[in-house]
Amino acid sequence: MGFSEATHARAREIIARYPAGRERSALLPLLHLVQSEEGHVTPAGVQFCAEQLGLTKAQVSAVATFYTMYKRKPTGDWLVSVCTNTMCNVLGGQAVYDALSEHLGVGHDETTEDGTITLEHAECLAACDYGPVMTVNYDFFDNVDPDIALNLVERLRAGERPQPTRGARLCTLKEMSLQLAGFADEREGAVADGPPGASTLRGVRLAQENGITVAGFDPGTPIGKPAERPAGPEKANAGAATAAGVASNEPARDASPSGQPSEPRQRNLKEAK
Amino acid sequence: MSATAVTVPRREVLEKLTPVLTKRWLSPDAWRIDVYERLDGYAALRKALAAHPDALIQLIKDSGLRGRGGAGFPTGLKWGFIPQNDGKPHYLVVNADEGEPGTCKDLPLMMHDPHSLVEGVIIAAYAIRADRAYIYIRGEAVHAARRLRNAVKEAYAAGYLGRNILGSGFDLDLVVHSGAGAYICGEETALLDSLEGFRGQPRLRPPFPATHGLYASPTVVNNVGTISSVPYIVLGGAAWWKTMGTEKSSGPMIYSLSGRIANPGQYECSLGITLRELIELAGGMQPGHSLRFWTPGGSSTPLLTAEHLDVPLDFEGVAAAGSILGTTATQIFSDQDCPVYATYRWLEFYYHESCGKCTPCREGNYWMVRVYRRILSGQGTYEDLDTLLDTCDNILGRAFCGLGDGATSPVTSSLKYFKQDYLDYIEGRTAPKLSDKALVGAH
Ligand SMILES: Cc1cc2nc3c(=O)[nH]c(=O)nc-3n(C[C@H](O)[C@H](O)[C@H](O)COP(=O)(O)O)c2cc1C
Ligand code: SF4
Ligand code: FES
Repeated sequence: MGFSEATHARAREIIARYPAGRERSALLPLLHLVQSEEGHVTPAGVQFCAEQLGLTKAQVSAVATFYTMYKRKPTGDWLVSVCTNTMCNVLGGQAVYDALSEHLGVGHDETTEDGTITLEHAECLAACDYGPVMTVNYDFFDNVDPDIALNLVERLRAGERPQPTRGARLCTLKEMSLQLAGFADEREGAVADGPPGASTLRGVRLAQENGITVAGFDPGTPIGKPAERPAGPEKANAGAATAAGVASNEPARDASPSGQPSEPRQRNLKEAK
Repeated sequence: MSATAVTVPRREVLEKLTPVLTKRWLSPDAWRIDVYERLDGYAALRKALAAHPDALIQLIKDSGLRGRGGAGFPTGLKWGFIPQNDGKPHYLVVNADEGEPGTCKDLPLMMHDPHSLVEGVIIAAYAIRADRAYIYIRGEAVHAARRLRNAVKEAYAAGYLGRNILGSGFDLDLVVHSGAGAYICGEETALLDSLEGFRGQPRLRPPFPATHGLYASPTVVNNVGTISSVPYIVLGGAAWWKTMGTEKSSGPMIYSLSGRIANPGQYECSLGITLRELIELAGGMQPGHSLRFWTPGGSSTPLLTAEHLDVPLDFEGVAAAGSILGTTATQIFSDQDCPVYATYRWLEFYYHESCGKCTPCREGNYWMVRVYRRILSGQGTYEDLDTLLDTCDNILGRAFCGLGDGATSPVTSSLKYFKQDYLDYIEGRTAPKLSDKALVGAH
């Protein structure tokens, strides 16, 4: 099957975002793009990306298989992801995942027989203050429990589109893949959807309610003068850049390839023994 | 701690709140450019474009701003190391890959105040003389990316991006680039490889990104919170910025509180606040829970305990207490949570996210997960504890990037403080948490 003319046009648009000679940067968005037409990354999708960028299919596949959001099997309309990383997990996320898995009769990265729902467990989704969380096509449902989750998937199967707690109203996974490829959400008002949740605002509200502001803010404060730059900046700064790199992150070497400052970690190891 | 009941914070603790980066979140439409402009928006850009780029680098140096992505490197210094007049293109790359377990401060910022990041990007790019900038945003973060892309579009339309910005002669293109699900792409060199269209695997250093970053050109990689701080420093000045925080850790910081507290959420406070004070702000522990262990800055930072309630949460204070400030993601666990199980689940994460490039991390995490499954299913042995520490010994300092080193943090720190919890599984006093089903392949 060939890809549509719209997809070809979009591919050109994506590639044009990156500097000439650096077209390969377009590979991740192009892989999202082929998913927007086919629902997962098919051999035809791999070939399409390879042709657009002058890469081999093996080069494209090696990239596609590295990232979890590129799906290798057909997916349902609704990708249901449940966070089971530690915080959500202990707050009940594992129970949510287990209940869904049993109810839907599918495991991780599997799709229901009717083809509507793909289930997966996810790692920390950067929403721990709303834990346990789950997402549908990556939009959030916060503070869920097994009952809420079961009700949610049943509504999805019944053709409804429940409103996420934050973020925009639901769209299909293919539509979402187009956004991931870097295109605007064209749905009327979708960008405006999603008021801030209570946890997000907790600290700043507390400050507001108690009349706390940071004193002394004067937007007219002068910026000041530049520091003198040493002559022959190119060489001087290349040396300095390495020195700074060494200070923040030592060079790789056999004894310590990561070079990360690990003194506190070393101490924990010693004291655990 | 005594804070087992819901509390009302005292005045002196409330005064540690410093609403700066979070302030506009209260205006529900601040993501729209016209509302943003009414709330001081793009005033910093006008001011910055009238100044010499080197003056901006000096200003950021003077402010003492340190990176908000975990390592705390001085931002002005980093900018200053970009070679000038070298005839090469320069790049600014914003790290918006937020994925360190517990961390949840960058996504709300991009959701509710995306223009502050865009404005920060333009000023930072002007300072380091970059004419292209990228925001690499975590793939799953579609809600924030939607707002961010909209903000970039609005900024182009208003003449803040593109050619000859506000008549200054400065040109800048900004692309929002979505990732595709890989925690390792938060590591700055893996991020650059990913942005170049490769598997996201860390690079050997040197050379460092400051000279050979994106497309082998001088590149600054900064966290979302770092870059979003810039407009405020440009407006309020370095001296004002330093009225917040401590001498070596200046400014406000968004502390992300999750877990067993009455009111989880984002609390922007003066750097150096303590966990005792944060819990007070959060209304105390949840009824019936008392603090047992916590992470000061994500799962890669060694666990601390109720003994550490009064440690100042700045870069130096946390290091002195044997951990790392990291991303100030304080995940709070109680006497009803098991440190062995918590560590196990984090290890599953590191095992899953290991990029596979180096043996200590790839193999070490694989085996540690299996050992944890055995312990948690009631089949652990005393030797298992030695195996865990030996494995950490083989990873720490031998892994190719910070992911491997980070994986050892929960293991060594939980064994240091909570060895009895491990022994309780091994000696049969705690009922198994995992079934035999989870044990397949564990031996
Ligand atoms: C495994 C790993 C994951 C990381 N993830 C992130 C991340 O998601 N966001 C981030 O800003 N920094 C992350 N970092 C830190 C970056 O490598 C880098 O230090 C940071 O982006 C620099 O920006 P800053 O100086 O503004 O903090 C990570 C580091 C490691 C080792
Ligand atoms: S430490 Fe882990 S994530 Fe980092 S390079 Fe090695 S295998 Fe990859
Ligand atoms: S642990 Fe679930 S969102 Fe962080």
